Amino acid sequence: MTTARSLAAAAAVLLALLLQVSLFPHVAWQGVVPNLALLVVVGAALTRGPQFAMVVGFAAGALIDLAPPADHVAGRWALALTVVGYVAGRVRAESSPTATTVVGTVAASSFVGTSLFAITGLLVGDLSVGVGELLLVIGVAVLWDVVLTPFVLPPLMALFRRLEPARVT
Amino acid sequence: MALLERAGRDRPATPSNRRSLGSLTARRERRERRWHLGPDLDRQQRPSRSLLVALGLASATLMTLDLTADGAALEPVRGAVADVVGPAQAGASAIVRPVVGVPDLLRTHASLRDEVAALEEENTALRAELGSAAFQRNRLAAYDELTAAAEDLGYSLVPSRVVGWGPAQSFSSTVTIDAGTDAGVRPDMTVVSGAGLVGRVVSAGRTSATVLLIIDPSSTVGARVGDTMDMGFLRGRGVVGDDARLDLELVDRTAVPARQDSVVTWGSDGGAPYVAGVPIGRVTHVYSSLRETAQRVVLDPYVDFGSLDVVGVVVPTGTTSDRALVGADGELKGAGR
Repeated sequence: MTTARSLAAAAAVLLALLLQVSLFPHVAWQGVVPNLALLVVVGAALTRGPQFAMVVGFAAGALIDLAPPADHVAGRWALALTVVGYVAGRVRAESSPTATTVVGTVAASSFVGTSLFAITGLLVGDLSVGVGELLLVIGVAVLWDVVLTPFVLPPLMALFRRLEPARVT
Repeated sequence: MALLERAGRDRPATPSNRRSLGSLTARRERRERRWHLGPDLDRQQRPSRSLLVALGLASATLMTLDLTADGAALEPVRGAVADVVGPAQAGASAIVRPVVGVPDLLRTHASLRDEVAALEEENTALRAELGSAAFQRNRLAAYDELTAAAEDLGYSLVPSRVVGWGPAQSFSSTVTIDAGTDAGVRPDMTVVSGAGLVGRVVSAGRTSATVLLIIDPSSTVGARVGDTMDMGFLRGRGVVGDDARLDLELVDRTAVPARQDSVVTWGSDGGAPYVAGVPIGRVTHVYSSLRETAQRVVLDPYVDFGSLDVVGVVVPTGTTSDRALVGADGELKGAGR
């Protein structure tokens, strides 16, 4: 993992957090905002594979868990986004990232990520909403992430791809 | 890590040069792969389960740390992160505010129209109630008491702006405000807006603080009905927006509050986490069933949690702060209206 790539990933994660905390709540529906940090993790997974994506996912999750508006048990988003990095990375191993697979991966990752976050909430007794609302939030979150995919993922993937170290031949 | 990557990348390069006379299909396939997946095809096929397990365990450790001793171990880390991210959020919010202001104008217009409709409805209801003079006297007395309570509270307000909203995906309703310990804000302080009770501070960094809104399902507020002085406990439903509602469970099982009765905070000892007499909302529905041990009262909160902007943190008078405090004389009454 090169320094440049780590720095770019860190900057992308921080920017994602700021946007989803300060900008998107203004256009949110029922308080559900697009999970940009998750999109960064998926972008990392699709270009760099699961290892890099898992590290990015853990870092991004830990940041969401510890940064101000969060009040849930820390480590829940870290776990969810780590698994998202792993799953998205595996999907990438199966097929080449075409537009369809990217959108499919984002949808699957968003579903897995938000669900996993909810499940860990159940396990540690930190979740106090009903199943109906839970499914609604997960559904809207998936929709948001898919809608934002064409705007966020191509530049993100181009960024991660460009920061590949020079090919050794 | 860098070494491993390089080793992984070397592997396919050498044999591919050697087998350049291989079948056309194989070559095209290789090219296809190289084009789409980049040079590290082999690397990501190495088992990454150990890393998954390691990071999973790290997450579990974080959760354990946060769950033991009320998260005291993570408090400094949270504070450090808040010191970096809090100002960044304030900056981002300052940039974003004028941009979102444009649709906000339209939305304000629509909400104003709604408000006019709601007020007209309330006006009609009040006219209808005018006949019941005794009821009105009772109501007036209750308001008088409230005003008196607000006058001798002896608290000041730290003005601040909401700069970050927690996503609904986190299943908790929290916001970031741009005032922290430097401004005299401490955990377990009441947060109000011009309309009524907003929530309480759960953690405070130097320049930012996290506020748990009263609509969060895990938030419980001691509340009393302004007209009858009946006491109860208020819980949120986790729903933001226009249909945000609060559930009030009254201690007295026989008490039935009237519709449109105002509900205020009951107040805790020492004013933490909630000071007394802050308006919360008005009664919209009352449910009771034989199985339920208490009346369940549904409230419509005065505060519009979808468009929070300027809020005040209630601090004891005389608190040293990095900004001007809003005094208790009249201003707090204003906040209580």
